[in-house]
Amino acid sequence: MSKEIDIKQGIDWTTIWLYIILLAIGWFNIYAAVYNPEDRSIPWYSMSHNAGRQLLFIGTSLFLILIILFVDYKIYDTFAYIFYGFIILCLIATLFLATDIKGSRSWIKIGTFSLQPAEFAKTITALALAKFLSTQGTNIAKMRDTFRACLLVFTPPIIVILQKETGSALVFAAFVIVLYREGLPGVYPAFGIAFIVLFVLSLIYPKGFIVLGLALLAVLFWYLFLKRYERTRQNLYRIIGMYCLFSVFVFGVDFFINNVLQPHHQKRIKVLVDPDIDPLGAAWNVTQSRIAISSGGFAGKGYLQGTQTKFDFVPEQSTDFIFCTVGEEWGFVGGFVVLAIYLILLTRLLNLAEKQKSKFARIYGYSVASIFFFHLLVNIGMTIGLMPVIGIPLPFISYGGSSLWSFTILLFIFLKLDAHRSYKV
Amino acid sequence: MLENRKQIILFFFYTIGIIYLSRLLFLQVIDSKYQSLGSTNSIKREVQIPLRGQIYDRTRKLMVANVEVYDMYVVPKNVKDLDTLKFCNLFGIDRHYFDSTLNAAKKFSMKRASLFLRQLSKEDFARVADALIQFQGFTFEQSFFRTYPGNTMSNALGYIGEIPKSQFEEQEEEYYRKGDYIGLTGLEKQYELTLRGQRGVRFKLMNVNAEDKGRYADGEFDTLAVIGKNLYSTIDLEVQQLADSLFQGKVGSVVAIEPSTGEILALGSYPTYAPSLLSGREFSKNFSVLSRDPDKPLLNRATTSFYRPGSTFKLVQAAIGLEMGVITPSTSFVGAPTAFRYHSGAYEAANLNNAIQLSSNPYFFNVFRKVIGNNAETNPFKSARTGLKTWHEIVERFGFGVKLGIDLPGEKKGLLPDVEYYDKIYGKSQWKYSNIYSVSIGEGELGVNVLKLANVAATIANRGYWKTPHLVKGIGFNGEKIDDSKIEKHDTQIDAKHFEAVINGMALVVKAGTGRQAGLPDIEVCGKTGTSQNKKGEDHAIFIAFAPRVNPKIAIAVVVENAGFGGSASAPICGLLIEKYLKRKIERTAYKEQVMSKRYSTVAAGHSKTKIAPVKNAATTRATPPAGEVKKTNQ
Repeated sequence: MSKEIDIKQGIDWTTIWLYIILLAIGWFNIYAAVYNPEDRSIPWYSMSHNAGRQLLFIGTSLFLILIILFVDYKIYDTFAYIFYGFIILCLIATLFLATDIKGSRSWIKIGTFSLQPAEFAKTITALALAKFLSTQGTNIAKMRDTFRACLLVFTPPIIVILQKETGSALVFAAFVIVLYREGLPGVYPAFGIAFIVLFVLSLIYPKGFIVLGLALLAVLFWYLFLKRYERTRQNLYRIIGMYCLFSVFVFGVDFFINNVLQPHHQKRIKVLVDPDIDPLGAAWNVTQSRIAISSGGFAGKGYLQGTQTKFDFVPEQSTDFIFCTVGEEWGFVGGFVVLAIYLILLTRLLNLAEKQKSKFARIYGYSVASIFFFHLLVNIGMTIGLMPVIGIPLPFISYGGSSLWSFTILLFIFLKLDAHRSYKV
Repeated sequence: MLENRKQIILFFFYTIGIIYLSRLLFLQVIDSKYQSLGSTNSIKREVQIPLRGQIYDRTRKLMVANVEVYDMYVVPKNVKDLDTLKFCNLFGIDRHYFDSTLNAAKKFSMKRASLFLRQLSKEDFARVADALIQFQGFTFEQSFFRTYPGNTMSNALGYIGEIPKSQFEEQEEEYYRKGDYIGLTGLEKQYELTLRGQRGVRFKLMNVNAEDKGRYADGEFDTLAVIGKNLYSTIDLEVQQLADSLFQGKVGSVVAIEPSTGEILALGSYPTYAPSLLSGREFSKNFSVLSRDPDKPLLNRATTSFYRPGSTFKLVQAAIGLEMGVITPSTSFVGAPTAFRYHSGAYEAANLNNAIQLSSNPYFFNVFRKVIGNNAETNPFKSARTGLKTWHEIVERFGFGVKLGIDLPGEKKGLLPDVEYYDKIYGKSQWKYSNIYSVSIGEGELGVNVLKLANVAATIANRGYWKTPHLVKGIGFNGEKIDDSKIEKHDTQIDAKHFEAVINGMALVVKAGTGRQAGLPDIEVCGKTGTSQNKKGEDHAIFIAFAPRVNPKIAIAVVVENAGFGGSASAPICGLLIEKYLKRKIERTAYKEQVMSKRYSTVAAGHSKTKIAPVKNAATTRATPPAGEVKKTNQ
C-alpha cells in the first residue's frame, strides 16, 4: 500500500502530461490522415483503419505502464545484461524468422500483430549501457572502456542493418550524446559533427572547392588562432594530418555514395540536395511532404481539412510522415507547438536525469532523451527536406504498436527510476 | 565539470529546434512556391462550361444554336480486354488512328484522361452508349459546337474559336483557359459576355492516382454554371435569306433598317460562306481556305468596305440646300453656267424633283456651289472654308464621317472631308469650290459603307432623324428588351418639309426615273441610284430606298461591286427585298429568278465549293476610296 502512495507522489507528473498531450496530438492526426471525407460511415474507433488500431495500442500502453510502475525498479539494473543478451538473440533470430515487409526483415508475426524487436533493442541497449557506465571502475575517457561501450552500443544496430532496417539502426548513433555526457572526450562528437557537415557540403559543392576551402581554414587557424608559441612543429603536423584526414573523407564520401550505398539509398541522399532531379521518383516523398507542409501556411487548413495528406499523396502519412498532417492542417502554429512540446520534454528529461543520485538512472535518462531527440531530428527533418528519407517514427505521434510500446517502455522505466531516486543504488 | 555538458547538449537540442522552426517558417509562411503547387495537386479545379446563348431572328426563328456533342476520353490504365476491331468498327475509326491516339494518350499519362475522339454526335452517342460497358477506360464528356439553322449572315454573326494567345495573356481576370472558345468576330465577339454565360467551377479531390475522391469542402467553393443568355436579333431571317440568294454571283452588300427604330432587318456581305464551315472539327482547315480567297468572304463588307456614295449623296445635298434656303423645290438651273462644261438638259434642271429623278450632275454642282458660298465672305477661298465648315457640320449629322454605334466590333468612321482635310491636300486656304466640287455629287473625298447608306435612307424616311442602327433588340431567355439608352435618336435639325421635297424626287426616281427597276406595282417605293467610281474597275452600283412612302417600314441600301450603273444591278435587289419584307412573299418569281441569275464579274475567276455565291470576282474593294477624277456623267 505504501508503495502505491510512493509512486503517485514520486512520479514526475509533468512528463506524464507531456506524454498524454503527445499521444492525443498523435491520435487526432492519425485520424485526420486516414479520414476520408467521402465516406464517413466508418466510426473513429473502427479497427479497420489506423486510428482505431492506434487506440488499441494506446490502451495496451497504459497496461504496460502499470506493469512498469509496479515491477521493482531494481530489476532494470540487476538484469540489464541479461535483457541485453536476450535481445541480441532475438535480433539474430528475427534475421531468420522474419517475414519480408517492404524489403525489410525486421518484423516477427505473432498472431495478427507484428512486432519489431529492433524497436525494443534501443531501450535494452540503453539499460545495458547505463549498467556498464555506472559500474565501478569504468572510465569512458579511457580508450579501452570507450571501445567496450561502443561494442555494447553498436552490436545491435549492426544486426539491425543486416535486417535491412537502416533507419532503426541509425538511432543507435544517439548514444554518442550519452557517452559525451559521461566523459567521452569532446573531440569525438566534434569530429562527428565535422564529418557530417563535410558530408553534406561534399554533396552540394565540388570536391575541389571543399579541399581548397579546408586548406584556407587551416592556414587561417595557424595564423589567427594559434599563439606564436603554439606554432610548433608538432602542431603543424597535427593540422596537416587533420587536413589530410578531412580531404580523404571528402573524396571518400563520393566513393561511398557511388560505390558502397545501394542505389535507392544513393538517390535518397541525392534528392535531399536537389529534389528536382527526380520529383516523381526518389524525391516523391520529399516533394509531396514539402508541398503538404507548405500548403498549411501559417494557421493551417483546419482539422480534417487537409487535402495533401489524404488520398495517399504523402506516403506513410500516418506513420513516418505524420508530421505532414500536423503541418498541413495546423500550419506553422501546429508545427511550432509540436516542436515546443518535444523541446520541453527533452529539457525536462535532462533536468530529471541530472537530479538522479544513481549514475545508472542518470545515464539511462540521458539515453531516453537522446533517443527521442534523434527520432525528432531525423523524422521531422525528412518531412521538411533537411534530412534524407529515413523511415523512423515520431515518438508518441506516429502510428504503430511496436514504436508506441517501445517509446512508452523507454520513457516509463526512466520515470519509475526517477520516482525512486532517493534510494541510491 | 561534466555537468556543464548538459548545457552543451541542451544547447545542441535547441539549436536543432530553432533550425527546424526557421525551416517551417520559411516553407509555410515565407516561400509560396510549394503553396500554389499544393492547391493544384490534390484539388482539381474542374471548369464547367455552360451552353452558349442562342441567337434568334426578330420573329423568334432560330439562327444560331448549339449541338450537343460528346468528346470521348481515355484513361489508358483502365483499358482492359479491349476488342479493338469491334471498337474501331463501332466508332468508325481505323486501326491506325486508334493505335496512334492511344499511344499518345499513354505517353501523356497512364492514369489521366486524354481526349480520344472529338465531337461524337448525340445520335452516335446514343447508338454506342449501351456498348460502352464493354470498353473499359473510355468515358464521354458532353461538349457542344455552334450550328446555324438559319444558314446565313455569317459575317455579322461572326464565329467562335480558340482564344488567341494575345487575348489570353491580356485578360484581366483569369477566366479563359488555353484552348477555350471565345467569340472572335461579329455578334459572337460583341456579345461575348452575354453569350458565354457564367462558368461553373467545381473543386474536386483527387487521390494520387487521379481518382475522383468527391467534392472539396462539401462544394463550399463551387459555383454553378449559368447558361449563356440568348440574343434576340433584329434580323428578319427571310429577308436575309432572300438577300443571300439575290446576291448569287455578285460581290457587294446590303443593309436594311427599320427607320423608326434603327433595327437592322438584314445585313449581308457577299460573297459569304456557310457559317457551319467555321464551327466544329474543320475550323482551321476551312479558315485557311476562306482567308486565302481573293474575294475575302471573311470580310464584312457592310461595315468595313467603304465606297463613294455616288449620286445617292445628292439627296443629302438637296436637303441641306433646302434647309439653308439656297434652293427651293422649284429652283431651276436651266442655262445656269457650270464651269465644267457640263450642260444639263432643260428638263432635268427645271426643278429639284426632276434633278433627283434623272440624277442631274450639273444641277447639284450648282446646289453645292450655293451651299458652300452661302456666307458673307467675298474671297472665294475664304468663302469655301466657311461654307465647307457649315456643310461638314450638317452632313455629319447624317452619320457621315462618324461612327454610327452599331453593335458590331470594329466599326470605322469612313471619310467626310473637312477644312483641315483639304488644307492638308491643297495647302491652307489654297482651295475653293472648284477644287472640291466633285463632292457635290458624292464622288471625290467621300467614303461610306453600306450601313451608312442605309442609314441615310432611314433618315430621309424618318424625315430628318435616325436611330442608332443595331442588330440585337433583346437579351435573355424571353427576349427581354435591351437597354434602350444606347439607341439614340440623332436629329439632322433639318425641317421635315425639306425631306418631303427630296422624297418627291425619290418617288419619281422609282416611278419614272433612273430607279424604275426597284418599283413595285402596289407599294410606293422611294429610291435613288448611285454609281460609285473606283480606280480598280467597273463602277460599283448603289441603290438606296425606303418604302412605303408614307409611314416607311423599311429603308435599304445595296451595293453591287463592279456592276456599273446602280439602277440596273442594285435597284432590282432593293425592290425584291422590300417586297419580301412588306408582303412576306415574292409575287414576281420570274423577276426574282432573273435577278438571281445576273452575274457581275469583271475578272474571270475559279469556282469555290465553299461559298454561297459561287462566282469569284477578283475586283477588290478599298477601305477608303481613292481620290480621283470625276467622270462626266454620273447617274
